[in-house]
Amino acid sequence: MGELSSIWRESTHRYRLVGHKCGNCNTVYFPPRDICIKCHRESIGKIKECNMSGKGEIVTFTVVHDVPPAFARQRPYIMALIRLEEGPMLTAQIVDTDPGDVEIGKKVSAVFRRIREDGKSGLIQYGYKFVMES
Amino acid sequence: MRTLSDVYIIGSGETKYGELWEKSLRELAVEAGLKAVEDAGIYSKDIGILYGSSSLAGSINGQNDIGSLIADFSGLASSNIPAIRVEASSASGAAAVREAYLAVRSGEYDVAMVGGVEKMTDIYGSETLDMVGTILDREWEWFMGATPAAMAAMTARKYMKDFKVEKESLAMLAVNDHENASKNPNAHFRNKLTLEGAMGATMIADPLNMMDCSPMSDGASAIVLASEKYVKAHKLDGIKILGSGISQDYLALHSRDSLYRLNSTVIAGRNALSKAGIKQSEVSFLEIHDSYSIYGLIELEDLGFAEKGKASQLVGDDIKLNGALPVNPSGGLKAKGNPMGATGVGQFVEAYLQFKGKAGERQIKNPQYGLLHNMAGTGSTSLVHIVGGA
Ligand SMILES: [Zn+2]
Repeated sequence: MGELSSIWRESTHRYRLVGHKCGNCNTVYFPPRDICIKCHRESIGKIKECNMSGKGEIVTFTVVHDVPPAFARQRPYIMALIRLEEGPMLTAQIVDTDPGDVEIGKKVSAVFRRIREDGKSGLIQYGYKFVMES
Repeated sequence: MRTLSDVYIIGSGETKYGELWEKSLRELAVEAGLKAVEDAGIYSKDIGILYGSSSLAGSINGQNDIGSLIADFSGLASSNIPAIRVEASSASGAAAVREAYLAVRSGEYDVAMVGGVEKMTDIYGSETLDMVGTILDREWEWFMGATPAAMAAMTARKYMKDFKVEKESLAMLAVNDHENASKNPNAHFRNKLTLEGAMGATMIADPLNMMDCSPMSDGASAIVLASEKYVKAHKLDGIKILGSGISQDYLALHSRDSLYRLNSTVIAGRNALSKAGIKQSEVSFLEIHDSYSIYGLIELEDLGFAEKGKASQLVGDDIKLNGALPVNPSGGLKAKGNPMGATGVGQFVEAYLQFKGKAGERQIKNPQYGLLHNMAGTGSTSLVHIVGGA
């Protein structure tokens, strides 16, 4: 149940790329933060939800060959750090492309996909991955 | 008013690092601990406090309260001393040493023992990887499919592109680690490694292959710390811990300004050097946390031994045992091995042996100061210690 509740808790953020925005200085956070790292206590009570466009740029990437059990069926896969248009950087997979076509600086956009499969419970977890923009 | 005490390392003990299928978590911990007590020439009743360190014992072995475990099976249960575990993922070892250092330095305890242990081969490799992934941000890195190697690989790709560094420079660190480990009887890997061998290994996370990655090792390391008062009263000679620095950074790599500047290492290093009152140029050897080869390179920069993007100029002859700045005389995380909670303590064991002239074939001539660097995850916590002959 612990795992299920943790998935449910983050589902809005993972399903719809909902981040947080500081009402004091307008800095956007994804993954979400409950306190602004610039305004500290001034931001308490002023953090609002904020939708991300899902558009971004590849900062760096790797092709993962040695994978954890929950990703055994996806091996090998591309992991990337992606800078979103709104400013924050996140960690996500890039899919539907040949690794040879992935380059630092190329544009990507978010899609909703199956992320991982828990080997023991068989539970499938969903969230954002990214595809190359044509 | 109490004055602060100088802190000495007066003994060390270590098991072999490697895949030690015949030995359990507690056997490893006790073996290292008893060797350290014997080496220090003290009686176990003299130990005032014990710090155990382990990163994954609760996850892999289903055993927590490592402090009590070590105390109990080292025969100390009846002395009822404080014994707790310190955890800071892959920096647990140095974090435990720092707590022990502070306990002695404060004057509260005269003798403190530190025992680091990890037993990583009790489950299958891919399951162990699942546990090692706890050193990342579980919800926003690991959940998405990132592994520690993948994070290091993404740093490596960006670093190599921005500074036009060839993959060979990363491989040179692994070659150096293996060369030194071939002279360390406790090392996980004692085979020498050629540059071709390092370049051609099985891919783990592109551009990092198996020879860029530290292994999952079993092993335990222990040291005994003592106050100046105790050392003088018992006419012991140890080596001094001259400075201790610790700092932290964002847990996840994607939250940081730079993918290849380890702020926690920069600050911990600066603080440790300043407390010891020495400069980089006075350091005789380094033990650095090269869990992945790329980290070794950028740590040399962040610790102030090379400018950003220029560490590749250092990783030739300079870092060899007889070079200007020997790096990882023990064999480092790549070749001595990486039993996570023991690794940071093991760096102190190596320093102790070097200063006592007991490092055998890998002995460095007349070392003055050693710098020890242990890091959690992708740099979320770093510890740097300066040690020197007393
Ligand atoms: Zn703010």
